[in-house]
Amino acid sequence: MAAAATTGKQKWGWGTANTVAVALTLIPLLWIVSLSFKSPAAITDANPWPKYWTWSNYSGILKTSQFIRPLINSIGIGIIATIIAVLLASMAAYAVARLDFPGKRLLIGMALLIAMFPQISLVTPMFSIERSLGLFNTWPGLIIPYIAFGLPLGIYILSAFFREIPWELEKAAKMDGATPLQAFIRVIAPLAAPGMVTTAILVFLFCWNEFLFAISFTSTLTSRTAPAALAFFSGSSQFTSPTGPISAAAVVITIPIIIFVLFFQRRIVAGLTSGAVKG
Amino acid sequence: MSTQTEVTAGTAQAPATGRRQLSEGARAERKLGWLLCAPAIIVMIAVTAYPVGYAIYLSLERYNLELPNAVKFIGLSNYAAVLTSPYWWHALSVTLIITVVSVAIELVLGMLLALLMHRTLFGRGTVRTAALIPYGIVTVAAAYSWQFAWTPSTGYLSALFNNSAPLSHTGTALAAIILAEVWKTTPFMALLLLAGLALVPEDLQKAAKVDGATAWQRFVRITLPLMKPAILVALLFRTLDAFRVFDNIYIMTGGGNGTGAVSQLGYDNLFNALNLGIGSAISILIFICVAIIAFLFIKGFGAAAPGSDLGRR
Repeated sequence: MAAAATTGKQKWGWGTANTVAVALTLIPLLWIVSLSFKSPAAITDANPWPKYWTWSNYSGILKTSQFIRPLINSIGIGIIATIIAVLLASMAAYAVARLDFPGKRLLIGMALLIAMFPQISLVTPMFSIERSLGLFNTWPGLIIPYIAFGLPLGIYILSAFFREIPWELEKAAKMDGATPLQAFIRVIAPLAAPGMVTTAILVFLFCWNEFLFAISFTSTLTSRTAPAALAFFSGSSQFTSPTGPISAAAVVITIPIIIFVLFFQRRIVAGLTSGAVKG
Repeated sequence: MSTQTEVTAGTAQAPATGRRQLSEGARAERKLGWLLCAPAIIVMIAVTAYPVGYAIYLSLERYNLELPNAVKFIGLSNYAAVLTSPYWWHALSVTLIITVVSVAIELVLGMLLALLMHRTLFGRGTVRTAALIPYGIVTVAAAYSWQFAWTPSTGYLSALFNNSAPLSHTGTALAAIILAEVWKTTPFMALLLLAGLALVPEDLQKAAKVDGATAWQRFVRITLPLMKPAILVALLFRTLDAFRVFDNIYIMTGGGNGTGAVSQLGYDNLFNALNLGIGSAISILIFICVAIIAFLFIKGFGAAAPGSDLGRR
């Protein structure tokens, strides 16, 4: 692009700007990592980096069900909600991208509305509904709302994806006698797999990150997810300040996700921007 | 409405285009379309439309969970109670301040970051990778990082500012919350804007450069107008997202020291006051606020509204 015009001075300018940008994104993360390796006594020394490194915060939280159980809940609820949301979104997105039927714009409008919906508006009525249905403080009590909020994202990304698929193949399958449904399952679904993976990643990230529903619709360790458990964390023993354990727990729930995000970064960037920007 | 006639017309013409030989096929297609969408629609209605309807009903009742036998229809009294309460107006102004200030800062920083990712030749991958870290981090974890950083005698930021305790004063606490929001979501803004930047043709920039336009003129006259749709979408998503701010406030201040946004107010009302009636009235009022913001944006979009192209195919 502008390569020819780039002088040494400009190179320096860009380099500095890049370094500043990278540093700013990293500092809060490095800070909580640093805290998680400090001993209880060193927590209050305000040093940006621990003088002596200790694993005690990690071994502490990994021994208590206060953290392990929510971690299992988070993984389970996230995976189940993601699978169902991607499945339902694929069906709807296929219909949107491929079929003619009245009410299509209504579906798109509804998805858009839910993508922008203020979750807090649901907390009070859903709390009441879930209590009367016996869903309060259960896995389904979180899975169902997570599916609903994962769906708009899924329908958007997938319908954008499905429009790029070579549909002649579907026509060919239909010519060979396949019904529309068979054509969908045998021909289109495999082609759509990359889009579905992208959607699954983003929906899972949403479930993993979600906090308001997680603290509102759960009351005990049986269904509380990791971010919610963090907010109610009292530490591995009642005599130590929970700063260290909270930091360690925050690192444990964050690092795998960051590795995951960096590993799939191309897909995530494509997914995040696909629905939003169209020429 | 117009779409329906459009679609019907399309179906009638279908045989001519040869895509569907039989109207029976068209009918089957229509049925399949509905069938495939039905599960998604049912879940979305069950989780949003139905609870909102139920909230409207609850908001007209005196309903305190501590007094389950005193449930009584009281009309709009709950709304009157909320709208005459200073707490509501304070929470609303806090929310609006956080929304406007953080989205404005994010737009500027996001644009700078997008330009950086778009223009830079060395380390572009590194910047993009680093930018995804705030996006990927769990908000609650990041909020704790900020909270500890501002805690006197623990945090590096507090130490930097003479061991002060910014989270215990409304103004500085709001600034700290806005900083946390900006840090977390600027990369998202930047990615949306970067996708818009990619749509600005390079030739146009070159032509303007040949004509002697400065970098700033090119940015204002060419880049910005061409990016308008991308900017509006990014602003809409972020504004409505910022309006629901909850995680950062809950962790950093718990809504104390006058920093509670409307989400915090709704939450506290349910779990501390156990008042379903008032809580539902707050829910509906927040919903109306969001609807107004969305309406204003969509009016601003015109035909560029997100989703309009999807519906039309």
